Amino acid sequence: MLVYLIRRLVNVAVLLLVVSAITFGIFFMVPKLTGSDPALLYVGKIADKAAVEGIRHKMGLDKSIAEQYFLFLKGLFVGRDYSQGTDVTHCSAPCFGYSFKTEQEVWPLLLDRLPVTLSLASGASVIWLVVGTGTGIVSALRRRSVLDRATMVTALAGVSLPIYFTGLLALSIFVNTLGWLPNNYVNFTDDPVEWARNLILPWITLAFLYAATYARLTRATLLEVLGEDYIRTARAKGLKENKVIGKHALRSTMTPILTVFGLDIGALIGGAVLTEKTFDLRGLGYEAVQAISQSDLPVILGVTLFAAFFVIMANLVVDLLYAVVDPRVRLG
Amino acid sequence: MSKLTKTSAAADMEPTEERPTDAPSEFLSVRDLKVHFPTDDGVVKSVDGLSFTLEKGKTLGIVGESGSGKSVTSLSILGLHRVGSNRSRNARISGEVWLDGEELISADAARVRDLRGQKMAMIFQDPLTAMHPFFSVGQQIIEAYRVHHPSASKKEARKRTIEMLDRVGIPQPDRRVDDYPHQFSGGMRQRAMIAMALVNDPSLLIADEPTTALDVTVQAQILDLIRDLQKEFGSAVIIITHDLGVVAELADDILVMYGGRCIERGPSETIFEQPQHPYTWGLLGSMPRLDRERTDRLNPVKGSPPSLINLPSGCAFHPRCPYTDLTEGASQTVVPELREVGSRHLAACHLGKADRERIWTEEIAPKL
Repeated sequence: MLVYLIRRLVNVAVLLLVVSAITFGIFFMVPKLTGSDPALLYVGKIADKAAVEGIRHKMGLDKSIAEQYFLFLKGLFVGRDYSQGTDVTHCSAPCFGYSFKTEQEVWPLLLDRLPVTLSLASGASVIWLVVGTGTGIVSALRRRSVLDRATMVTALAGVSLPIYFTGLLALSIFVNTLGWLPNNYVNFTDDPVEWARNLILPWITLAFLYAATYARLTRATLLEVLGEDYIRTARAKGLKENKVIGKHALRSTMTPILTVFGLDIGALIGGAVLTEKTFDLRGLGYEAVQAISQSDLPVILGVTLFAAFFVIMANLVVDLLYAVVDPRVRLG
Repeated sequence: MSKLTKTSAAADMEPTEERPTDAPSEFLSVRDLKVHFPTDDGVVKSVDGLSFTLEKGKTLGIVGESGSGKSVTSLSILGLHRVGSNRSRNARISGEVWLDGEELISADAARVRDLRGQKMAMIFQDPLTAMHPFFSVGQQIIEAYRVHHPSASKKEARKRTIEMLDRVGIPQPDRRVDDYPHQFSGGMRQRAMIAMALVNDPSLLIADEPTTALDVTVQAQILDLIRDLQKEFGSAVIIITHDLGVVAELADDILVMYGGRCIERGPSETIFEQPQHPYTWGLLGSMPRLDRERTDRLNPVKGSPPSLINLPSGCAFHPRCPYTDLTEGASQTVVPELREVGSRHLAACHLGKADRERIWTEEIAPKL
């Protein structure tokens, strides 16, 4: 198990390195190929030639792409110095560079945005896991019942309706018309109750979308599992039906849900773009949209790597949980 | 009778008070069992009026091709058609199944569940899919024991499990008990399944194609094991198979099923030495034999199994029967009754006694 863990962690490191190389390549080569100049983006359009060259040298943009990548990696792990003549700016590790627009360091910006996204993702995921798998189970057990049909129609609506529709609808009803809920993000550490009150709408909106998928997945998986021979064996032992379902069937139903959940939660921490934009939550997704619209390359790169990190970590956790659930993975 | 009084009175009252007057004296008695599945295309009559009896310590072999209703029969004895999430499409079951003086078809589900795994147990065809891949072999057997021995501690149940694993011939049972099904070989898995079925000392054991999924070399071992355990525990055993060879040595009685009905039933030797039904002849003819010239071809039963929704009129076997012409049209129109054709020997065939004996001795037997 320890060997497996170490092997997986090495894999994660390699994977992150590859992702960073590819994203770095894309974001710093594309401007070169299209003829736009990153140095110009830093200084602004009305700068004189000397200032642009100065910035180009300071940011290391005059070096080869390999060198630039090495400096970028160095910045990530040990920090790096940007110098222009005698003027030296130190950017401590992990250094993602500076935003073109605000000239702020990217890393503190990411850390600042992360709690918002984490709050949104954690709350929503709890809701969709409980509601989604719950209704999926009930649907599967009461197949062809009115409840099953109603749930599946609702789930279809959930899958089909985009966030910016359901989100805006919820906002206009509960915040603007009825005035029941506020919509201003409050830090959990400042006031947990207000935190929850302000997030409940985005949670439900986002959870509605995901719960729909999970309900359908749970229903389909459970129905398949219920047809397995080992379920018949469990019944043949004389087990009560709630134990047959609760212990034998659900244990197998968990695995695919776990897989999808790992992917979803990882991607979500990378930024729930539409939800954050709709509810004006200044999280990572919001920041990403902002940065893209302003061609703020260092921020885009930072958010992308950050998101990749979470997706990869979430998958690692899922794989480790897999080994806990399924002995065939553990020993094979 | 409410559930409460039933459980409290169950132990001492049921055998004496609840034993109805028309209860058969046999240990297991199945009377006119019908299992029908309503589908969109019509009613699938998987089992259609099956009757047989079985005593403790005896083995009955139920033989037939796929779709003849043999597995459905066993599942309905255990009441497994009545549970599950698929209730709206559930089977329509009628007839009577008497187990030790207790009728099971009309009994309430909780009572049948209580008997399941305790008084009647089942071994399934494929031991790999029949065991839960996420639980260890030991956990699954311990669970089977503790369902019916709620007062037993985990330690006792584990001890009992290891004893059973040892009894069915699993080496180092105290270590293998914690292994998972995928760490067992096919034969070992089937042994573990047998241990699971026998852990509560059931008086009725149903083995549904217990050797079909196994290597030929392992098949004989498993059959030997079932026979030894039956001698030891004195239980009644039903072996369901499509392979007459499996039941040849094991079964006291053989019941041949075709299209959801019994078409021939009798003591094992009689079925092999003087079979009376053309379908049984066909089954015997399609058994490979080592003592036969290799140039001779096998004689499979021609045609394919009948549709269970629209059984052929008259004798369900008549479209595949080479001797239909000898019945003067009766086999196309009249459903043959199971009739006594010898001592404890029943067959459902329109052929006259003289015809049957002539065909068997002159045409069939010499070729076997």
